[in-house]
Amino acid sequence: MTETAPVIVITVSNLIKQFGRFAALRGVTAEFSSGKLYAILGDNGAGKTTLLRTLAGLNQPSSGEVVVLGASKFHDICQQVGYMAHPSLLYDEMSGMENLQYFARLYGITSGTRCAEVIRSVGLDPDLVRPVGYYSQGMWQRMSLARALLNDPKILLLDEPFSNVDLHSATEMVRLLARTRDRGTTIFIVTHQASLLDGAADEFVWMEYGKIIGRTRELKRPESTGGNSK
Amino acid sequence: MSAPTGITRVTLLKDLRLEWRSKDAINSMLFFSLLVVVVFSFSFDPSAEESRQIAGGLIWVAFLFAAVVALNQTWAREIRNQVLDAYRVSPAPANSLFIAKTLGNFIFVTVLEALMTPLFIVFYRLRALGPVWQLLLVASLGTWALVVNGTFFAAMSLRTRSREIMLPLLLFPISIPAILAMVQSTTAILNGEGAHFWIVLLATYDVVFTTMCLLLFETVLNAE
Repeated sequence: MTETAPVIVITVSNLIKQFGRFAALRGVTAEFSSGKLYAILGDNGAGKTTLLRTLAGLNQPSSGEVVVLGASKFHDICQQVGYMAHPSLLYDEMSGMENLQYFARLYGITSGTRCAEVIRSVGLDPDLVRPVGYYSQGMWQRMSLARALLNDPKILLLDEPFSNVDLHSATEMVRLLARTRDRGTTIFIVTHQASLLDGAADEFVWMEYGKIIGRTRELKRPESTGGNSK
Repeated sequence: MSAPTGITRVTLLKDLRLEWRSKDAINSMLFFSLLVVVVFSFSFDPSAEESRQIAGGLIWVAFLFAAVVALNQTWAREIRNQVLDAYRVSPAPANSLFIAKTLGNFIFVTVLEALMTPLFIVFYRLRALGPVWQLLLVASLGTWALVVNGTFFAAMSLRTRSREIMLPLLLFPISIPAILAMVQSTTAILNGEGAHFWIVLLATYDVVFTTMCLLLFETVLNAE
């Protein structure tokens, strides 16, 4: 049986991102294949969130290039990308369903059942009328994940999806993400709870001081490069 | 992807729904302008003739300051849970958001004007000597001038540390031609004089600044 070569969906070339005099990313170069689940790990300030936001088109590179699904302009492929940030990206005053119905319209999703389907997939009740502002943190994290999954993206970018989520719910979320990956979606997860992804992630990408210092199949941190954060 | 007009419509409906539930903007605007009317009425005791001379200025100053309160609220809602980022990563056009926000603010300020104008009439014993339909036209054009620039500059000051102060600092100087036209035309109509020149000036201002805002909004939205 012949194995097909992995398709590269994201290419990052010598990516530098500066905020004033501070360089959050210092020459990141990497390629990422389709249908894999990447866990991006590193200490606070390592540049994980900045890398994710740059892939999501929310930060513009100071120099270097990011090519996502063959396009260097994010707007050309934004229909195929899902993004979940550390904040909920939801309106507190509206219910989960109302939030998702609004975002569905932004993506041109007219199917009446899609929102309910995706809410159920994260283990929530689509008929819940309570505003998101009254959800527990675990609930809004899952609703936030539902929002990111709404457009059935080819690339899913998740920033700290498990923070403050109880172990049972987090494990359920990992299972859902593994199933999503198995359907061909490329998933990037920035997290400090790497152990949750042990066995589910295809690759652990380790970052330090704005650089990728190693990529491992197992959850084993490579040796530090000894850079500094100044 | 939905048509831009469809996205404008759902965004406007979403904003109206949020305002209906929270009443953040309308309550602050109402109390603020009510306070201005009452304080001014205690400060001055004008005759009917004097009222007609100063009312244009008083009304528009009250609405201008009250509108700033609403304008600050519009975007505050979008950055509370960084919801604006969800819009930015979506395929929805930037201008659909801008038009929806501007229309929403136009509705809020118009509601305020509709509620406050009778109070002004009572407190200042106002009676227009000119055609009332012209006053309605000036109110619409003037309100649009305030909200279109206000929505734009509120978005621009979104990421600044003291955005509540930044908005009036940016908005008021650029609105001077519009405010002048609004006050002069209102005073002229109240006194039964011709206001044609000022109305044309106001309409021109609206067209120029609406076009400028539409051209520049995407850059403002995606600024880091």
